Amino acid sequence: MPEINPLLGSYSELFMLLTAGTYAVAFFAFAWDVATSGRVAQLDAARLAGQKAAAQTAGAQGAVATAVVADPGLTYVGTRKAARVGVALSILGLALHAAGVVTRGIAAGRVPWGNMYEFCTTGAFLVVAVFLAVLIRRDLRFLGIFVLGLATVMMVAAAVAFWTPVGHLVPALQSYWLIIHVSIAVLSSALFTLTFSLGVLQLIQGRREARIAAGEAERSGFMRIVPSSLTLETLSYRINTIAFVGWTLTVMFGAIWAEKAWGRFWGWDTKEVWSFVIWVVYAAYLHARATRGWNGARAAWLSIVGYLCVIFNFTIVNMYFSGLHSYSGL
Amino acid sequence: MSEKNTSPTEPAPAARGKQSQRGDVALPALGVLGMLRWAWTQLTSMKTALFLLLLLAVAAVPGSLFPQRPANPAVVTQYLKDHPDYGPVLDTLQMFDVYSSAWFSAVYLLLFISLIGCIIPRAIAHWRQWRSQPPRTPARLSRLSEYGTLVVPAEKRLGAAHAAEQAAAVLKRRGYRVDLRPGDAPNAFSSVGAEKGYLKELGNLCFHAGLVGVLVSVAIGGLFGYSGQRTLVEGETFVNTLVGYDTFTPGTNFQSSSLSPYSLQLDRFEVRYDRESVKQFGQPLDFTGYLTTTDSPDAEPRQRILKVNDPVMIGGTSVYLVGNGYAPVVTVRGGDGQIAYQGPIPSIPTDAVYTSTIVIKAPDARPTQLGFVGFFLPTSVEGKDGVAFSADPDPLNVQLNLNSYVGDLGLDAGTPQNVYALDIAKLTQVNGRDKPAGGIVLGAGESYTLPDGQGSISFDGLKRFVALDIHHNPGQLGALAFSVFSLMGLVISLFLSRRRLWVRVGQHEDGRTMVEYGLLARGEDYGLAAEGRAVRAALAEAWGLPAGPEQTPSAGQGTAADATPTTSTPTHKDA
Repeated sequence: MPEINPLLGSYSELFMLLTAGTYAVAFFAFAWDVATSGRVAQLDAARLAGQKAAAQTAGAQGAVATAVVADPGLTYVGTRKAARVGVALSILGLALHAAGVVTRGIAAGRVPWGNMYEFCTTGAFLVVAVFLAVLIRRDLRFLGIFVLGLATVMMVAAAVAFWTPVGHLVPALQSYWLIIHVSIAVLSSALFTLTFSLGVLQLIQGRREARIAAGEAERSGFMRIVPSSLTLETLSYRINTIAFVGWTLTVMFGAIWAEKAWGRFWGWDTKEVWSFVIWVVYAAYLHARATRGWNGARAAWLSIVGYLCVIFNFTIVNMYFSGLHSYSGL
Repeated sequence: MSEKNTSPTEPAPAARGKQSQRGDVALPALGVLGMLRWAWTQLTSMKTALFLLLLLAVAAVPGSLFPQRPANPAVVTQYLKDHPDYGPVLDTLQMFDVYSSAWFSAVYLLLFISLIGCIIPRAIAHWRQWRSQPPRTPARLSRLSEYGTLVVPAEKRLGAAHAAEQAAAVLKRRGYRVDLRPGDAPNAFSSVGAEKGYLKELGNLCFHAGLVGVLVSVAIGGLFGYSGQRTLVEGETFVNTLVGYDTFTPGTNFQSSSLSPYSLQLDRFEVRYDRESVKQFGQPLDFTGYLTTTDSPDAEPRQRILKVNDPVMIGGTSVYLVGNGYAPVVTVRGGDGQIAYQGPIPSIPTDAVYTSTIVIKAPDARPTQLGFVGFFLPTSVEGKDGVAFSADPDPLNVQLNLNSYVGDLGLDAGTPQNVYALDIAKLTQVNGRDKPAGGIVLGAGESYTLPDGQGSISFDGLKRFVALDIHHNPGQLGALAFSVFSLMGLVISLFLSRRRLWVRVGQHEDGRTMVEYGLLARGEDYGLAAEGRAVRAALAEAWGLPAGPEQTPSAGQGTAADATPTTSTPTHKDA
């Protein structure tokens, strides 16, 4: 068993704190972007509506034009300085974060996801990494306020509530299945975090679209930089399908490991119960998307409920329920 | 079940998504058969399946809120004792046996019946489609979500029939199933019907069929499997017979003849603790059991190693290391001075530093039976209040703290008793902190004589013991195979696209060959626009047309359609 390097461990924690700080600033940059871009978009929309009116087009078309300014193809258009700052800070944060995660792993001489602190910090790393990776091809910067906000919360929660010094694993966790099972669980959770954000935005945007369609005054002008609810729903579905496969693998690998460690592949341990509940909720989400009258907002709600189950499974079940998965390190 | 029926030319597959016949208000009596048919249609509808899925998620939750009998029967008993008011009510509602309860079973069985009722008609329908040609060419291709036109100049001298043949060849190379439909008159339109992605529906069916397979495998495990527990002290041997187990849970169809007569002896058990970390000081790092096993009574003995996460496979069973503790070796003598008990007694660890409870029963002690209850502390340290506690999991300063009892242990009546609990109903306490004689405190090698010569006890040595789980589950391999099968089906059904494509070719009076094509997605398809572009490029190459995109028929077709389902209506272009 490799020796623990507490000095490197403390450097790792320093990196994590710097990361949290950088993410927090990036979060404010994205918030600033949303607040100001809304006004820019409003001006754009007014100009557009004016042109449309001048061209004597139908009033309904003008309303549609004001409803959606953001590009449905999620391509980059125009310059948003605050968003650029947000992305730059996120990249800086991610670099610090990578240093934090890697040094933690080296300090412990194993994969850095053996307890809640490590799961949370590595999970936040993946959330931001996936977000920035998607940004290369598509303009999802409107999600930044959510993603960086959640990442900041995760980092702070890890440092404050779940902090565990760098250490060895108990015998029950000393298995290569830890690497496979937990890494896929972290990745799936990161993807579910993205679809949760998309789902919430989809609900807000859908309500706004309904108001505009009904001819009422729109309230949430900042939603103009967000694409249509249909675009959000589709993107969320695409990510959820990948995450669902990931979660299926998580449960399957977990079952194989459970068979190795405890002699049965399924025993309705509290963690198993909640993983099953999550799987079933997201399965219901996939079916809802194919059921008339259940796609759109209802499917988004299912996706949100699924994510709340993920959070519940990670926090409450780990800390307050007794079970075989009691490795929180707390 | 995840098919989205966006196809305008194809009605919904038989059962799912079917609209109920609500329009018939003055409905004549359905009759028994009609009612059954109606109930079956309802059960196999997508909405019911969705509802049952959500119900299953909700129904699983109580199992995590209340202790469950199969996992932890003792905790359930304690729970019922602690909550005499609503505990029995919960018990009546089967809240302590959620996963074998009538209501949970009802939900998942209904779900699986609904699932089977869904996949069988769909499998039949898909079988027919698999063997049939792509559907007939729609009259107006321009209505399809992805639509485009190509014009082959007259000087290429490409006839309509020839162009259709070449288009069919191009599509075939792209993996489409192709049906060439030449025009019936020399100047009539020729067309090509093409379809690909039949595997998507097959994957979907495999996914659901695999889930049924998993359920069946679990049921087989429950019928023919067995599991048992055994604590084994260093030096002891376990023989795989019914009497060898401490507890044994047979499957419904278990027969004792199916136990293979192997034996395993625990030679030594080693534990290593973390001595570097400050916060995790004393946390276990490694448990290793050294075993000598024999596969059958006359087989050669073998040396094997048992670890957490690394079970020993023997005689069709798997042996798991699930716990360990200390077994102090004691000698109990009765009032007559004869040895009433001698040997190791497993103690139950209650915390990370192995503060263990221990019960010693000496029914053979004469003139009266003796019983002891107390604690075993591996590293005893005296606290400020004078009560000893354990400071470390390693045996650095072992100590037994015991109360003693004399009288009738209640074993002679033949009623089964928990070996880890003392029934004090017919016993009289002799030693204890509040008794004049005080409690018994024994260090290594020490002994104590009870007041009035009622007997004695000595602490002779220390051994470790392991708690073993022994499992035989014939359904487990099937469950794994079916879940892998299911997963492959899931991946195929989620990430493959089912597409239909038609090409219609006509000859203009001036000799130009006019080509139009349209693509249709079945289910969600983000790559349809890209596929349209690729097909266009392939056709253009086949006919020697300048490559590069024409003015796209629908605005924002590029990445826009990548991200949104293809529901936009294309603007029309004259062919």
